[in-house]
Amino acid sequence: MTSLPDTSAAGQKKLGLVIDLDTCVGCQACAVSCKEWNDQGMSAPLSDRDPHGADPLGVWLNRVHGYEAGEGAEAQGVYFPRSCLHCEDAACVTVCPTGASYKRAEDGIVLVDPDTCIGCKLCSWACPYGAREYDQDQGVMKKCTLCVDRIYNDNLQPEDRVPACVKACPTGARHFGDLGDPDSAVSRLVDEREGYGLLPELGYKPVNKYLPPRRRDAAAAPPSLASLAGEGDGLTERFFRWADRVLSR
Amino acid sequence: MHPAYSVILFTSLSGAGYGLLGLLGLTAGTTTSLPGPGTLIAAFLLAFLLITGGLLASTFHLGHPERAWRALSQWRSSWLSREGVLALATYPPALIFAWLAITDHDGGLLRVLGLVTAFLCAITVVATAMIYASLATIRQWHQPLVVPVYLAFALASGATLLLGFAVLGGQMQPGHLILAGGTLVLALLLKTLYWRAIDQEPLDLDMGKATGLGHLGRVRQWEGAHTAENFVQQEMGYRIGRRHAGKLRRLITFGLALALLCVLLTAVLPGSLGAFGVLLALAFTLAATLVERWLFFAEAQHVVTLYYGAERA
Repeated sequence: MTSLPDTSAAGQKKLGLVIDLDTCVGCQACAVSCKEWNDQGMSAPLSDRDPHGADPLGVWLNRVHGYEAGEGAEAQGVYFPRSCLHCEDAACVTVCPTGASYKRAEDGIVLVDPDTCIGCKLCSWACPYGAREYDQDQGVMKKCTLCVDRIYNDNLQPEDRVPACVKACPTGARHFGDLGDPDSAVSRLVDEREGYGLLPELGYKPVNKYLPPRRRDAAAAPPSLASLAGEGDGLTERFFRWADRVLSR
Repeated sequence: MHPAYSVILFTSLSGAGYGLLGLLGLTAGTTTSLPGPGTLIAAFLLAFLLITGGLLASTFHLGHPERAWRALSQWRSSWLSREGVLALATYPPALIFAWLAITDHDGGLLRVLGLVTAFLCAITVVATAMIYASLATIRQWHQPLVVPVYLAFALASGATLLLGFAVLGGQMQPGHLILAGGTLVLALLLKTLYWRAIDQEPLDLDMGKATGLGHLGRVRQWEGAHTAENFVQQEMGYRIGRRHAGKLRRLITFGLALALLCVLLTAVLPGSLGAFGVLLALAFTLAATLVERWLFFAEAQHVVTLYYGAERA
């Protein structure tokens, strides 16, 4: 059923990620561990075409972009991991003609059933975040499952029951939890750091949130280069100003 | 957006088929001037061939065409599913209507079934257009004029086909000429208004809004997420159409204008020359429709391109 479940009730579980853009260092560990887990688990095969050749094409469910914001000395590099945001109003689910794409009522995870997906790709058109990638070999759509085969997996140690990307992050920039519970650690983090959802203009209400990079302290800014001649009236300063003028001719 | 040939063929061919079938239904429902049985057989055959061929073509780009029947299940939420259901629902009344019309049955049932067929044809084309118009992620598709344009092109190609059958069957009436000429003008007018609408709408989304980093200053891509192209870029990052949009638009306008000219020539030329005119009109209409459909995809920009370096969308 591709109609969305009613998730308006108070206390509705909304599992998702909170990604800290302030601490992400762009190491790609989350992307690699995602690929590693999901090409063996329920998303397998997460196929690659020509992986070692000149024109490789592969399915990855998590991509880490690098952006630069601001100008000159104020400019700041920001690494930006991008994966499925498990939207509350997921258009990728409602456009699906077969019911293969669905949002779970119990925890809000958006999944694709590979046995009923016809590979029409319409869900990938409906997603503004580029979260869905088509598996050429299997002929079905793939997406982040929030590692549904890890987070409820009794065979794993409790501390391992988190998405692979969260487990792999060396800087603790990725947090997993229930964003429907206002008292959860992730919800508090979003409140404290003014976390935001992507493209609210489009109205898909993403569950995943991003924590903005902190403003740099003025004191932390690199000192400007001292001028060659200096500004004082001493003999050395005047000598260097004279030398500067002579050498500038 | 990457223009998949199967989808371009599907929307243009089935559009022409639904246009022809719908106009035959409308003619039977509101007048007594259906063409004779011989011409009707040929017209119905071509209409069903175009519709069925188009629907089959639409399954070519699927990863699992053998599961296509599953697409009929989610009509409550999905326009693609609704389109499939409506396309199938059109067949039974249309086939009975065609049989009654060919066997020269003249009665209330023919009229009712003609109108029902025409209505189903129209809403099937509307559902096809809504697959695109309902996507808020693609500004050039999420437009009120998309549905009227799809309807107008289906009508124009259907009316030109109907005129062709009427001329070749020696049963042309002024109504056929007015219908073909009028719908061609309508298609050209609506498409021109559509182009003006998408050109005038401000592109108010940028990389700063997409990443939520706009408050830090101007945002630009500094390091790509991957070194080779991925599915998202191949499917959603197609740019050739936008680069040549101006020329292609003039080509479509020129094609529709030539088709209109040929329809006018058909009106004044006698006998076999008229038949030549109508065949030319058909060729120009079909060519213009195919280019129009290709450009509809190729000049559409998906919001996700903002994450991949596009400055605005």
